Amino acid sequence: MKAVQDSLLAPSRFKVWEPLLWLLAFAAPWVFPGHALIVNEIAIVALFALSLDLILGYAGVVSLGHAAFFGFGAYTAALFAKLVMPDPLAGLLVGMAGATVLGAVCSLTILRGSDLTRLMVTLGMALILLELANKLDWLTGGSDGLQGVVMGPVLGRFEFDLMGQTSAWYSLSVLLGLFVLARRWVHSPLGATLKALRDNPLRAMAIGINVQLRLAVVYTVAAGVAGAAGALLAQTSGFASLDVFALDRSADVMLMLVIGGVGWLYGGVLGAVVFKLLHDVISGITPQYWTFWIGLFLVVLVLVGRDRLRKPWSWFGKPKAHGESA
Amino acid sequence: MLTLLFDGIAYGMLLFILAVGLSVTMGLMNFINLAHGAFAMLGGYLTVVLMQRYGVPFLLCLPIAFAGAGLLGAVLERTLYRPMYKKPHLDQVLFSIGLAFMSVAATDYFMGSQQQIMQLPDGLRGRTELWTGGPFELGMGHYRLFIIAVCAALTVGLQYILAKTRFGSRLRASVDDARVAAGLGINVNLVFAATFAVGSGLAGLGGALGAEVLGLDPTFPLKFMVYFLIVVAVGGTSSITGPLLAALLLGVADVAGKYYVPKLGAFIVYSLMLVILLWRPQGLFVRKGGKS
Repeated sequence: MKAVQDSLLAPSRFKVWEPLLWLLAFAAPWVFPGHALIVNEIAIVALFALSLDLILGYAGVVSLGHAAFFGFGAYTAALFAKLVMPDPLAGLLVGMAGATVLGAVCSLTILRGSDLTRLMVTLGMALILLELANKLDWLTGGSDGLQGVVMGPVLGRFEFDLMGQTSAWYSLSVLLGLFVLARRWVHSPLGATLKALRDNPLRAMAIGINVQLRLAVVYTVAAGVAGAAGALLAQTSGFASLDVFALDRSADVMLMLVIGGVGWLYGGVLGAVVFKLLHDVISGITPQYWTFWIGLFLVVLVLVGRDRLRKPWSWFGKPKAHGESA
Repeated sequence: MLTLLFDGIAYGMLLFILAVGLSVTMGLMNFINLAHGAFAMLGGYLTVVLMQRYGVPFLLCLPIAFAGAGLLGAVLERTLYRPMYKKPHLDQVLFSIGLAFMSVAATDYFMGSQQQIMQLPDGLRGRTELWTGGPFELGMGHYRLFIIAVCAALTVGLQYILAKTRFGSRLRASVDDARVAAGLGINVNLVFAATFAVGSGLAGLGGALGAEVLGLDPTFPLKFMVYFLIVVAVGGTSSITGPLLAALLLGVADVAGKYYVPKLGAFIVYSLMLVILLWRPQGLFVRKGGKS
């Protein structure tokens, strides 16, 4: 009995390397102060990828419009800082709350229909918000972006500096906090039911799981996490522009998640690191045409099979039958 | 008033020609292809280059655009697309969006990022006004009239092929249930390759026709991807009348929306799509009994 319990709980326990990884991450802005800004960016997109992983990797919803919540969180946090109070933590909570409410409303739209319908509905939502942010220029600044956002110090003590060290530690702390919560959550019984309905919704329904409710819950939570990522971006850059809603952002985050591995919380983090470094290197060589190489990478990745990226031992030898269920 | 309706119909017809190939291929193999706009862009650029650099007349460019895009479609279908059919939708989305990104960057590299200008032949320029001054004033651009005529002829032709010919009945059987169709001795792969090529060719033709109306620059595949997908998602994938009506609805709504409430822009179209998909998630015009 004990052995069974242990083997079931093993995946949810913290591994030895996990605290080390986080220590390294937190040490990075201190060791390389010149790269603190990119650490900050990586932490933000990692959080965004984490939120997409919750719905794509754990619940199997293909979304092309996850930037809707990212952007909504960004604009909410920026407006809150500009109009109400400049405290970052309060702004973060408000951004998250706004995106969560939006996610709860939007979750009604993804419950029915096929993958194509969901794709269109999520994409449509992001486009509608993009249009709104563009047209409501008295509130959002339109295509010039929302400027003049001045943030107060974090916790009343740590000012945001030009080097971005405070930003990096702030974003990393939020990432760590939400990561631990998400980790706890996907290993709970609720998380197990999510995986069940991803693998086979019909059977999940037959054993008494309320599929629609679960989908709505996970979509709402993921929206809140994406909103937190957006709020972090707006706060640390002091700026919110229309590109937070853009299709590129939704596509990029999906690519990150796929590089790192879907259905595995570290996938988003790992993918964000690889993607950002890759972006830095390629756009250093060809700034204008870097989307070509990203596109080529995607095509080749899918053609050879994306599970094989993380299993180098399967590169040589015969490809096995594709085991994933559609 | 009527002028708006006319422009909307011309726009809708164009969208239909651009998207009909996507709709049929999606219904046939349940494959989500986000790179469909790349074929349309190829047709548009072929026409522009042939007209500007080699002085080929416009009317001759249209079949060339059709053939060029169709050929590329057939080659890509055989080499790249075919292994994708059995993969999960996530893989298909990633694959085709990767192709779209590549086409955008490659066009930018070879052709430059500026908007391409299309010189129409003299016979197609100009405008006819009917009932001027009255409440039903109708101004028809000759080029739009031409677009409507070409697209209507194509629609009738497609409907005839689909409904009356042997190939059409094979195609319909394959859309309804590919496995049973294969069991009855229909070569589904061949049917699909042909359909994919023709669909890509139609997209190329639409791109050539639409270069003047829709504008042509390297971001074309991404900019109009949403519109094509709306046509397919709203119209359903089981017939061609569904996408036709959806495209007309979309065209009229877009033109009228941009005219009456320019401040809202494309907002109306997206909201309309959202509402329709919430109301009928499988699309507006679905035939019962087919395999979804």
